[in-house]
Amino acid sequence: MWRYITKRVAHAVLVMWMVATTVFFGLRAVPGGPVRGMLGQEATEEAVARLREDLGLDEPLAVQYVEWMTDLLVGDFGTSITSSEAVGTLVAQAVPKTLSIAAFGVTLGLLVAIPAGVIGATRRNEPADYAATIAAFLGISMPAFFVGILLAVVFGVWLGWFPVVGYTNISEGVVPWLRGIVLPGIAVGLPYAAGVTRMMRSSLIETLDEQYMRTARAKGVGDSVRLYKHAMQNALMPVVTIAGIQLALVLGGTVTVEIVFGIQGLGRLLVDSILERNYPVTQVAILLISGIFVFMNLLVDIAYTAIDPRVRYGGEQA
Amino acid sequence: MTDATDASADTEADDAARPDGGTPAYARNTGEFGVGEVPQEYETGERVTAHRSTGERIVEALTDNKLALAGAVTIVALVLVAVFAPYVAPYGPEQQFGFMQEPMGQSTADVDGDGTTETVTHYLGTDSFGHDILTRIIYGARISMGVALATVAFAFTVGTTLGILAGFYGGWVDSVIMRYIDFQWAFPTIILGVGIIAVMGGLGWLNVVVAIGIAFIDDFARIIRGEVLSIREEEYITAARAVGMGDARIMFKEMLPNAVAPLIVQATLMIPFAILAEAGLSFLGLGVKPTTPTWGLLISDGRQFVSQAWWISVMPGLAIMFTVLAFNTVGDGLRDAFDISEGEVN
Repeated sequence: MWRYITKRVAHAVLVMWMVATTVFFGLRAVPGGPVRGMLGQEATEEAVARLREDLGLDEPLAVQYVEWMTDLLVGDFGTSITSSEAVGTLVAQAVPKTLSIAAFGVTLGLLVAIPAGVIGATRRNEPADYAATIAAFLGISMPAFFVGILLAVVFGVWLGWFPVVGYTNISEGVVPWLRGIVLPGIAVGLPYAAGVTRMMRSSLIETLDEQYMRTARAKGVGDSVRLYKHAMQNALMPVVTIAGIQLALVLGGTVTVEIVFGIQGLGRLLVDSILERNYPVTQVAILLISGIFVFMNLLVDIAYTAIDPRVRYGGEQA
Repeated sequence: MTDATDASADTEADDAARPDGGTPAYARNTGEFGVGEVPQEYETGERVTAHRSTGERIVEALTDNKLALAGAVTIVALVLVAVFAPYVAPYGPEQQFGFMQEPMGQSTADVDGDGTTETVTHYLGTDSFGHDILTRIIYGARISMGVALATVAFAFTVGTTLGILAGFYGGWVDSVIMRYIDFQWAFPTIILGVGIIAVMGGLGWLNVVVAIGIAFIDDFARIIRGEVLSIREEEYITAARAVGMGDARIMFKEMLPNAVAPLIVQATLMIPFAILAEAGLSFLGLGVKPTTPTWGLLISDGRQFVSQAWWISVMPGLAIMFTVLAFNTVGDGLRDAFDISEGEVN
């Protein structure tokens, strides 16, 4: 088990190193360099040269690369070009907002999706199943930002239950904080829930058809024990994998949903920085969002040790 | 190895059983049962099901599944509407009427340019500039669906090529390509798209196609690699080698046609994601910037007016929803018909 976990951690670290390297070389591959892009075509040569020097872009690539990596390791993310604030500070303000929305969305999504999938599988072709299937179909067919706008119109503008713009820090009270993230959370959570519901349903249906389920029934194991102990344990495994992979949907969703609700999260920071060609912020924002995703999936992999005995006892080498 | 010998023995037997004048005399079955007849005791009653081409299977899947058929019809209608937008749309995309008219609202204007004014109905209302929303959505369909189809075509081509190369050559080629594919999922689709737009600069539709398409490469590569790995050991590949076919011809003429079904299903499943991703990029202001807006841009245009005129954002959003829904029902129907398990999709 520990070997498995060590291997997973090593893999995650390797992926993050590759992400950091890609971001580094990617942004330096911009035709004419990022500086020319930032200052615009009409900037003077001196201005370009000065900014290049400020950003350390006049150094050899290898030197820049080593600096970039060492800076990242000590948590020095550079300085924003437009506001001359430390990127670290900007990011530190943004991350809690994005994480709050994502966490609320995922929690809500799983709380809805798992029971919905189980109902769909156990009451196959009954009204409840059709309702769950249709809801899931609608859920995967709507972009998160559109769900956000719909929620804002109905619950923000018409009913006035929740604020339509802004975010309240949790330090100012749990209730205002929750009220601020409910709508964006649902917006990112709904498409996520839809994907997980479908997986839960199809995985459980497959498991219920297995031979050992019939055996369990034949030897007189009760309905609920059969469902929750025999079937669920096996059916959950692919669901956990999908729940991890689909987190990409939540994190991608927060980017657009933050814009809908005017929340200064990581996604907003990323998009603004690209529109302003503020590339020190861009690279850190991309790195962080990917980092969160990779880390979450690492947690999912480790969670496998708890639910999959093959991994727990060290049999699985995957 | 034993498999191969068994199989070849079977083929010989089959050949001998065929009333085939081309068979050499020593191989002909001219025994007591006559040419080509199978002795009764060897009749197993097993029949090989008639071969159906991928196209036939797709048509069958669609006609069997009502929901998928409805989706397919919707898609065809949408594509026709997009292609013939100037003829279908009630007005010109830049024509202006009263601002923020409610759905079914009417305005009086000289629409057909004959000097007299008419009263016209805006089925989906007008936006903050007085543009007819239905007209804008119809024109927007061109970019939104065009980009989505091009994106999937791009990912299909690149992903399939990479996957075939990885599966066919194995070894270090496989390692390098699959390492790359494994690493690519570290970026959520829209983040990858946004990052690539940051590098290439947005605006052009080709940039958007590449930015979104790269994120979908891995799905195609993984599928075809798996198929190629199993096809590689088939006899007809050995035969193709024996007659001296080149690697490229074996990969693309022999292997690809035999592995294309799951790829088509995957492509159908990816189109809705491409539409959603394109809408997302447009919404962020990082997508194609054509003269007539895309669906994502239309939603974004209406966002600041949601409290006064909800329909400006909601109508194009519904357009996205119905389009994506139609593609999803078709993709789902095909997946069931080709018996492909629900896997990673994002």
